Amino acid sequence: MSDYKLDPNKPIDVAEILKDLEHYHPRRRGWTWRKPVPDLHMGPFEYQDCTEPLKRSVPLPPAHYFGDIDPQPGPVITTEIASGRFEDDIRRMRMAAHHGADHIMVIRTAGQSHFDGLIEGTPQGMGGVPITRKQVRAQRKALDMIEDEVGRPINYHSYVSGVAGPDIAVMFAEEGVNGVHQDPQYNVIYRNINMIRSFVDACESKKLIAWAGMAQIDGAHNANATAREAWKVMPELMVQHGINAIFSARVGINKKNICLSTVPPTATPAPCVHMDLPYAVALRDLFHEYRMRAQMNTKYIESSTREATVTHVLNMFISKLTSADIQSTITPDEGRNVPWHIYNIEACDTAKQTLVGLDGLMEMVELKKDGYLREKARELKERAILFMEEMLEQGGYFNAVQEGMFVDSGIYPERNGDGIARKIDGGIGAGTIFKRADDYMAPVTAHYGYNNVAQYGEEYKDNPSALIGGCTLECPEKIIYIDELDEQDNVNVRMSETKEFTPGGKKIRPEMEWLADGTVMLTMFFPAPKQIAEAAALECAKRMNLTECEVISREIMHPQEGTRIEVKGKVPFEIDVDKLEIPKEPDVLSDDVIRKDIERRPMKIVAATVGEDEHSVGLREIIDIKHGGIEKYGMEVHYLGTSCPPEKLVNAAVELNADAIMASTIISHDDIHYKNIAKIDQIAREMGIRDKIIFIAGGTQVTPELARKAGADEGFGRGTHGVHNATFLIKRRWEMEAAEKAKNEKK
Amino acid sequence: MKRNDDFQERRAHLADLTDEQLEARFWELANKLVDPLLEMGYEYTSPAVERSVLLRMGFSSLEAKAIVEGCIKHDIISHGAGHVVYRLSKTENMPLRDAGVALSEGKLWEKAESLFNGGN
Repeated sequence: MSDYKLDPNKPIDVAEILKDLEHYHPRRRGWTWRKPVPDLHMGPFEYQDCTEPLKRSVPLPPAHYFGDIDPQPGPVITTEIASGRFEDDIRRMRMAAHHGADHIMVIRTAGQSHFDGLIEGTPQGMGGVPITRKQVRAQRKALDMIEDEVGRPINYHSYVSGVAGPDIAVMFAEEGVNGVHQDPQYNVIYRNINMIRSFVDACESKKLIAWAGMAQIDGAHNANATAREAWKVMPELMVQHGINAIFSARVGINKKNICLSTVPPTATPAPCVHMDLPYAVALRDLFHEYRMRAQMNTKYIESSTREATVTHVLNMFISKLTSADIQSTITPDEGRNVPWHIYNIEACDTAKQTLVGLDGLMEMVELKKDGYLREKARELKERAILFMEEMLEQGGYFNAVQEGMFVDSGIYPERNGDGIARKIDGGIGAGTIFKRADDYMAPVTAHYGYNNVAQYGEEYKDNPSALIGGCTLECPEKIIYIDELDEQDNVNVRMSETKEFTPGGKKIRPEMEWLADGTVMLTMFFPAPKQIAEAAALECAKRMNLTECEVISREIMHPQEGTRIEVKGKVPFEIDVDKLEIPKEPDVLSDDVIRKDIERRPMKIVAATVGEDEHSVGLREIIDIKHGGIEKYGMEVHYLGTSCPPEKLVNAAVELNADAIMASTIISHDDIHYKNIAKIDQIAREMGIRDKIIFIAGGTQVTPELARKAGADEGFGRGTHGVHNATFLIKRRWEMEAAEKAKNEKK
Repeated sequence: MKRNDDFQERRAHLADLTDEQLEARFWELANKLVDPLLEMGYEYTSPAVERSVLLRMGFSSLEAKAIVEGCIKHDIISHGAGHVVYRLSKTENMPLRDAGVALSEGKLWEKAESLFNGGN
């Protein structure tokens, strides 16, 4: 086996991940939930509903105010990653894990449902990834390393559906996949796969899912996304959940691993919480033995990422008011493209931010026990029961589907006659089931149904695979690994084409989904109606030399006054990393260290804008507590105002016995700013205080080097904040104290 | 079918049920709906089920596909594709894997067929 290890300070080496895959076996099976930590203390706060923190992570943007804490909410957080190139998705998975995702769901390439067998190798996908043994193995292996890095198990997930469900279920059980979508109703209604075949296959698939301890998610949310008026299918959704849940439990899946994929059906401008909450309550009442996978609404998603994000926050409010074991995230760009890296991360952060922000909510509020909420929930349950009663009258599930009972736009029992009807003997795979003969036998583990293995000995009855000395589930070395079948369409070819852009290397390009794709997005506003704005935006992008330009979002600010446009395009060039001028990161001490040092020994500072210069904003921002200036550390600042003569500033320093002088000098005409700095230095020397005092100067036109040359201890230019000045003052004082100490010791 | 919302009339028999009774009713109906589906899964098999058996017996996806197609063609799928490979390996006294690979290459099918008397 390769001894490659992930280095937190380096990009993941995908080429290393792909080595030795034929010998890789997963180190665990089954699903992992987060571990709750009641009364978790992090930074200055106490949390009620959070879980074990991570070893390494990227916290929310304001975390630096609170000691860089990154509390992790209760539900497992999902992110769906599938750009079509699984090798690039591996890097995205690492980013997502660091932003709090512990459930990585891989969407399948278009058309895989109808592929009768396993796909092998690593062909490129469309709107998803071809799920193959090699691709699964590579991603599971990468996730093993990523989960060690973040310090939390990561659940890997894909789909067991289509006409090759059992094939895929075996491969997933063998390869340590932790979660799956499995719902034969999805095959029937949305993929037009024969219903009988779908249910026969589902028995076998679910048996394997049970054996491997995988979490299973159903497909009911699709009815919501498909129905003409999504909120009207609520009774039917409960029926679909019910059928798959009890069917799965009876095949043998632990109810605690059976998750309902539930979506709040409506979105604003509907009064969505008022409509969605009773449904969420009804579902949790009926299905209290099962788990909730809270999906987000995609039905009404538009191209505005802001709007999508708000919808998703409202969806999570429902999760918080009721419950969610798995909180799904939908990328806010789902309405405009196959999700980009940055939007997966945004979605994870949105979930983390919302759920942490709502931490402890249910300790303070509770849902009413009567009135509209409970009456509406009861009504929905009754409508669902009536739906099932009619299904039985029609002769059962198959006949009901044939009658078009599902995805009808009427709220049951209302019917609009526009449901999705499928023929019992129709669809893909019709007529492909076979009645098992009396001597039917399958010498393997996790096989569902009649199995006359006893004909070869009673001892095999409870352990059929013993007949062949164990199957791949006990003896993974028996698995036959296929590397590639297509010489052109595979990961090696793709990676060799972008080799010079391998992360950490010498060349770089902007990227949204695939390595070196060159994709960038521009946001523009035009004071014009939509059509003109769109055309103008495309023209702008073209003149900026972007290629393959496309408008991906347009929002009317006013029909005549203006339109907001977002355009994507590709840059036709690459950037040489070695030729970049990279400014040094400014050196800063933490707020705590600065504050402690001021407590140890106070610091008095005189400050002014010098010369005939009336600018005050910059210096006030450096000083004022309300702008996050140095006063917040307890530094005592005497501000002398603007147009202060250098003499006055130095005199004040002497009178107040100050530790430091801060001079702001904005006007740079005729180098007056450096002349004033030199003057302050000279006066301080003449007055005999220069070696006892710290002198710093700043201003938008000040460069540190020239300020030092003119006589200041340090200069501060554009972009300086209070913390930079404070850091310098503290460090300089430490140096002066050390020098003083050394001098005394010499004596 | 088109129908107006007749919920109020239809619900009459549910109106007096307690929430617990309503929940029990829901699961009673759900169980009834899946009874025949589970029974069918018990009694029937499919090409995908049989391929999944062969995968577990240590055959590649390509081999599994070929073997199952052969079993359907020779009308012996009802005995189980894994069973066909197993019995062939025993009677021919060859390793299980070799028997399956031979079938996947189109060999030994007459022999396999004869072992199950040409089908059902």
